[in-house]
Amino acid sequence: MKMKDRSLLVNVWRRIVLAVVSLYLLLPLIAMLDFSTKVGRHMRGLYAWRAIVHQPDLISAILTSLELAIIVVGLVLFVVVPTVVWVHLRLPRLRRPLELICLLPLAIPGIVLVVGVADIYRWISIHITESPLTLAAVYAMLVLPYTYRSLSAALNAVDVHTLAEASRTLGASTYRMLFGVVVPTIRSGVMSGAVISIALVLGEFTISSLLNYKTMQVQIVLLGQSDASIAVAVSLASLIFVFLLLVIIPTTTSRAIEVLDTDE
Amino acid sequence: MKFNKLTTSVASLSLAVAIVVPAFTASVANAAVSNAATATSAKAMGGLKGLEVACKKEGQLNIIADPHDWANYGEIISGFKAKYKVKIDEANPNGSSQDEINAANQLRGTKRAPDVFDIGQAVAYANLNMFAAYKVLAWDSIPAALKQASGYLTKDYGGFMSIGYDASLGTITSLDDLLKPAFAGKVALNGDPTTAQAGMNGVIMASIVNGGSLGDISKGVEWFKKLKDVGNFINVDPTPATIASGQTPVVFDWDYLQSAQAAKLATKGITWKIFIPSGAVVGAFYNQAVNINAPHPACARLWMENMFSPVGQNAFLKGGARPVLADAMAKAGTINKALFAALPVVKGTPQIASVEQTKAANDYLKANWAAAVGTR
Amino acid sequence: MNQTVQESETGSALRGAGLRYLRGKTAYFGVIPFTILIFLFLLWPTYSVVVGAFKNSEGALTLSIIKSALADPAHISAFKHTLQVSAVTAIIGAVMGALFAWAIATSKQDGFIRRITLSASGVLAQFGGVMLTFAFLATFGFNGLITTVFAKSFPHSFLARPDWLYGIVGLCVVYSFFQIPLMFLVFLPTIDNLRPEWREASNSLGGSTLEYWRRVGIPVLTPSFLGAALLLFANSFSAYATAASLISQGSIITPLEISSALSSETGAVNPALAKVLSLAMIMVVVIVMTLYSLLRRRVSKWER
Repeated sequence: MKMKDRSLLVNVWRRIVLAVVSLYLLLPLIAMLDFSTKVGRHMRGLYAWRAIVHQPDLISAILTSLELAIIVVGLVLFVVVPTVVWVHLRLPRLRRPLELICLLPLAIPGIVLVVGVADIYRWISIHITESPLTLAAVYAMLVLPYTYRSLSAALNAVDVHTLAEASRTLGASTYRMLFGVVVPTIRSGVMSGAVISIALVLGEFTISSLLNYKTMQVQIVLLGQSDASIAVAVSLASLIFVFLLLVIIPTTTSRAIEVLDTDE
Repeated sequence: MKFNKLTTSVASLSLAVAIVVPAFTASVANAAVSNAATATSAKAMGGLKGLEVACKKEGQLNIIADPHDWANYGEIISGFKAKYKVKIDEANPNGSSQDEINAANQLRGTKRAPDVFDIGQAVAYANLNMFAAYKVLAWDSIPAALKQASGYLTKDYGGFMSIGYDASLGTITSLDDLLKPAFAGKVALNGDPTTAQAGMNGVIMASIVNGGSLGDISKGVEWFKKLKDVGNFINVDPTPATIASGQTPVVFDWDYLQSAQAAKLATKGITWKIFIPSGAVVGAFYNQAVNINAPHPACARLWMENMFSPVGQNAFLKGGARPVLADAMAKAGTINKALFAALPVVKGTPQIASVEQTKAANDYLKANWAAAVGTR
Repeated sequence: MNQTVQESETGSALRGAGLRYLRGKTAYFGVIPFTILIFLFLLWPTYSVVVGAFKNSEGALTLSIIKSALADPAHISAFKHTLQVSAVTAIIGAVMGALFAWAIATSKQDGFIRRITLSASGVLAQFGGVMLTFAFLATFGFNGLITTVFAKSFPHSFLARPDWLYGIVGLCVVYSFFQIPLMFLVFLPTIDNLRPEWREASNSLGGSTLEYWRRVGIPVLTPSFLGAALLLFANSFSAYATAASLISQGSIITPLEISSALSSETGAVNPALAKVLSLAMIMVVVIVMTLYSLLRRRVSKWER
């Protein structure tokens, strides 16, 4: 077969595959838009979208989820990132155990983690606080694999040891060295970890529903039992929101791929 | 460091005071709470007024599995909120009786646990230790068969099992009409029979039509297996959303719920008809109970009083359900005569399963239902 | 005299070692907050699930709960269904996702299509199962887009009657939806690493397209492909949210059984049922993930 013919065939085949898969991925999104704008059996309208603001339970659940996302990002930034960097710099013997621990959540399905964590949360509910914001702790565990991968990829790409030594030589305190020098250098890894955390927290259903906390996804399911159009409208809105988030942070996309590679 | 005797004694005295006084005031405060938690009647709380005051202090009531369009619960909930000015937290409106018990177990000790239950007979009698004994003011007017002797459970309203359907599918004149191809993928049962009273009674009704009885539910399970095998039965919980969308156009459910749906769908131009097979008039009542570990015990008891007052009972009547105090209220003249007359006439003798029968049915269903309808 | 000198020397040497020991270890204090967090919310729960599967209601270690769980056909068939759904969706996702990755990899680097596809896949692969359920209900469910179209044109096809959506078949279709973007994300780097030099080398040695793929392309891609398929399997096996929001009656897969065992007190007979089922799930996922990382190690050779 001539080169020209072969590459033409390949091109045609590639276009077909692209078209089929894109259709497959876009179709449900279009269907969601269609479903949420149906009013009655034959009319179109934005009733479902406007009704979102009139659901007080839904609004408070959305706020809860957003607050949880912020707290989890906080935990990632102020506990996970410093720890990973610290281990990378000063405690090389702990690198392997840390990696194993951070990958553990991938081996423990969410539904199984709930079984183990249910008693702890019951204790927390009774003795500390009833607030659903305590979920942030277990959510931080769920995002560990993804944030660890982002961070370690970024740390490997930059020679952090030299940077750390240089800053110490110039008289920076440990705190300054960590947050003023190293973290800004691995900014892209931190950002992608943070964005993935937000997406995960907003989409989390398993743990919050089984622990009886009212987060956004739990409320959407409940809403779906009484009015499916509003539920679909909210689902679509949050999908678009997270998509925009992932698009606006351009470094995320390439990191997202590396995140899922567990071959270090 | 050495302290002289005076310092030591002052220090230990203040320490003692610091420990005892808060404990004492806390126990006084707790006494008020535990007062409500152990009250077995309104008299122990200083009558209805005393209950009201205690409830206002608590400020909230947690209810579960009470949809607004279920026997007019919407009006009862908003009426309670308006009259007593307390917040009502409504959990899991489409939950089953078993879901209520599960939530109470999972949330035990927290402030989010349900305070009161509206629960089916089988699940109720399997979990008596979860309830607090409480006899409402109207206790003596309730027929003995409709209350649990110690006050753990009190039946408040009931109805009959029926089949509601979209009239555009045709007219149903017998149960076996549902086996026809016109109903492919359209028949739903309200709730899994092993966890929901409505579901269980739907199967009991099918059993009686097919030669079974209140004590023998096996024929009902067989019939539903047939229905599933021809492809007419779907394992989907009918909810207001599925009925409105037309996903579940045929529903086995209580007659008062069907009439509520009929009224709602009429505004959308859909006719919802109700069919009760002759000779199989299966009825059941729901039980009100107070959670023994209720986070708001006074409000829980006030809610019970509200249910069994003319206000609550007439609200149920408006929802198409049959209130248990109907006879007593008719004698006292407090019943809403127009609504009572508007209740559909039931042809035939109602059959109501006893506690033993529902337990036997539950055991049979637990062993055989999932395999029969393919939820396994 | 010598003895006392020795003792005092030993004494001071030990003391010095003690302080020095601690001084060298102050760095470890930095990981304390993290350690507390993971201990409470990750390690202890995992331990309690694994060990709890062997404990009866009195706390004694026993195999009886595991035995009774194995004896119940409901649990066996749910587990079988879970494995089936995972296998089917892993295969579908792997094949379709690989094709998609190949189609994108051969387009422009940093082109618009590539970036958008990567972002979209990132969202679809990692976002929650509830969204997915509603997306599918809006497409294939009652009053869904496809259903209404087919009801009008092909009223007797299975797409016009959506009750298949609420069973095993429905789960397979819906799960495939998030498996394909996941496969795309994981497999794209591998395809990117198929160096064009290899193709040129193969051509210059006289090999045809088929031979290139047979002798170079496929052997290079296979470990990564299999590894990614295993990842997809584990992903589908662990999924819960989609099934929970889609299926309202019955527990046809193990995650649903776990949730129903967790929320209802099944009494003294099987107090640890949820933990036994969880242990079974952990074992499968750990095996799969171990195989995955072993395969990925082999792949690294080609991608460095």
